[in-house]
Amino acid sequence: MLNNSIKLNPKLFDADVEQIPIRKGFGEGLLRAAELDTRVVGLCADLTESTQMHLFKQRFPERFIEIGVAEQNLATVASGMAAMGKIPFISSYAVFSPGRNWEQIRTTIAYNNVPVKIVGSHAGVSVGPDGGSHQALEDMAIMRVIPRMVVISPCDAIAAKKATLAAALTASPTYIRLAREKTPIITTEETPFEIGKAEMFWRSKNSPLKKGLSQGRSEGRGIFPSVGIIATGALLYRAILVAKRLDSEGKYVTVVNLSTIKPLDEEAILKLAREMGAIVTVEEHQIYGGMGSTVAEYLAKHFPVPIEFIGVNDRFGQSGKPDELIEFYGMGEKDIYNAAHRVMLRK
Amino acid sequence: MPPLTDDKIKFLTEKAADIRSSIIHMLILAKSGHTAGPLDMADILTYLYFHALKHDPKTPSWPYRDRLVLSNGHICPVLYATLAHAGYFPMETLKTLRTFGSILQGHPHRDFLPTLETSSGPLGSGLSQTVGMALADRMDHGRSSGKQFYCLMSDGELNAGNSWEGAMLAGKEKIQNLTVIVDRNNIQIDGFTEDIMPLNPLTDKWRAWNWHVQEADGHNFRDIDRVIGEARAVFDKPSVIIVHTIAAKGIPEFERKFEWHGKPPGTPQEIETALKALDDIRTMGGKVASPHHN
Repeated sequence: MLNNSIKLNPKLFDADVEQIPIRKGFGEGLLRAAELDTRVVGLCADLTESTQMHLFKQRFPERFIEIGVAEQNLATVASGMAAMGKIPFISSYAVFSPGRNWEQIRTTIAYNNVPVKIVGSHAGVSVGPDGGSHQALEDMAIMRVIPRMVVISPCDAIAAKKATLAAALTASPTYIRLAREKTPIITTEETPFEIGKAEMFWRSKNSPLKKGLSQGRSEGRGIFPSVGIIATGALLYRAILVAKRLDSEGKYVTVVNLSTIKPLDEEAILKLAREMGAIVTVEEHQIYGGMGSTVAEYLAKHFPVPIEFIGVNDRFGQSGKPDELIEFYGMGEKDIYNAAHRVMLRK
Repeated sequence: MPPLTDDKIKFLTEKAADIRSSIIHMLILAKSGHTAGPLDMADILTYLYFHALKHDPKTPSWPYRDRLVLSNGHICPVLYATLAHAGYFPMETLKTLRTFGSILQGHPHRDFLPTLETSSGPLGSGLSQTVGMALADRMDHGRSSGKQFYCLMSDGELNAGNSWEGAMLAGKEKIQNLTVIVDRNNIQIDGFTEDIMPLNPLTDKWRAWNWHVQEADGHNFRDIDRVIGEARAVFDKPSVIIVHTIAAKGIPEFERKFEWHGKPPGTPQEIETALKALDDIRTMGGKVASPHHN
């Protein structure tokens, strides 16, 4: 069942669940952050409305810099502004920033250790009709590998607003990943959000403890069919739907929202692996180098358990409707459900 | 800026000779690093730190200081030597260039030497960072903050598109307290700039992005003083100064040769040649005694 203590959207399972693009939460968050702190400035590369930075621009035109189609300049100008005490947010499509300007982000932002916030919108295949060139599937991999870089992938618009406000308060170079299309609102204003903290969103009623089936060095290593699903971004919604179905089949399922990919909430991941004994990771990103890789790197060393990876399997995207693309590339509910069964068999 | 008197020119000339000497000694000890650029920019760095810049070696983080960004980070031996001579850190430290734990990293890194405005090395990004600094300063203080923003660039790094992205933005924003100094030494690692990737007509390129463009002899303090003064007086545009320099200036045997772009004097003969040339600079070819013999 949904974790009641974190006050998730009570209408989450309604057919008409409210849907808002994640990027919209960034736009509102930036506006609020700028109201609270005069050091916050915004720079954009000719995509001001698309990335929702226009809300900030309209309110604070004197703190907005239009860079034009020049993402390397976007990163480096922001680095200079940060060196003078500003907290710059730079926004573009994730394919271009942090895609095109990776070395500038590495050297002039992270190596320089300045608090630039890189906001990559239009991540994932759910960008849809624009096609593969505009669907960023590698952004988390190339950002998380940079020392000092914080990587955040919010699950809905409300979380994106909180992530933006939280990022404005830190001195760290930070990457925030956004999506284009409307996606279900999973959280509420009351749901906690903390950079670096994973939250448990779903926990089965079917605890093996209640049935006296716990055994061995971990509960999940027993014969009871249990699985932990770790999701990031909007696919978390699908992960919760799958958990509900598995729950109804008598399986023991926990879903964790991993909104911060780096720094990794190691304690939460370890706890999940110990309890469940099998993991499915779910992300709208290349499997290589993404969130699942992060989890696997950690668990391989500290508590190896079977893992199945839901994500894009070393391919580029293409034009289509968001839902059909998510299914075509193996990230639909059916895929998550099957992966959960596969991984439970591997225990 | 104070007037550039004859006495001051004499002082700067001697200081530049000392800095060149430090550079060569550093490179010989380090056994790696770049020779040509540091030597040919020694006069410019000397002029800036000992005449033009508003700065305080005792308080490197003084917020009202002028900002100097070294975009072509590979010529850092000249920046390090100049900073040491200006009193930012002990001269002894120069001997640690490029060694483990040194504040003098092979390319500038602020983690190790916070006095630096930026870490640099990868080419083409310094101008944009300087533009960002000037824009942030303008947001806080308007057009009359009193600070000057200098960016030193190599001619080779103008191959990089990021350089021109920064130039375009500075032209658009009419950043009048920004001065770029391009070291026109005509060489880069693989050869002469006009063979590798022609830059000429270089002044026209900058004019096209709405910059105030000047040229100067990079080894003539009076000429340098003239163009820096004019750059500061221009109020509607950013300024660029193309300083014509002689690559590896100070060691005649090395001068103008692109082979000396990226390596230090290494063989005993090369080291002897370099040291003799430096001695000649100080002693006018042995005609006068040098107080610097060591």
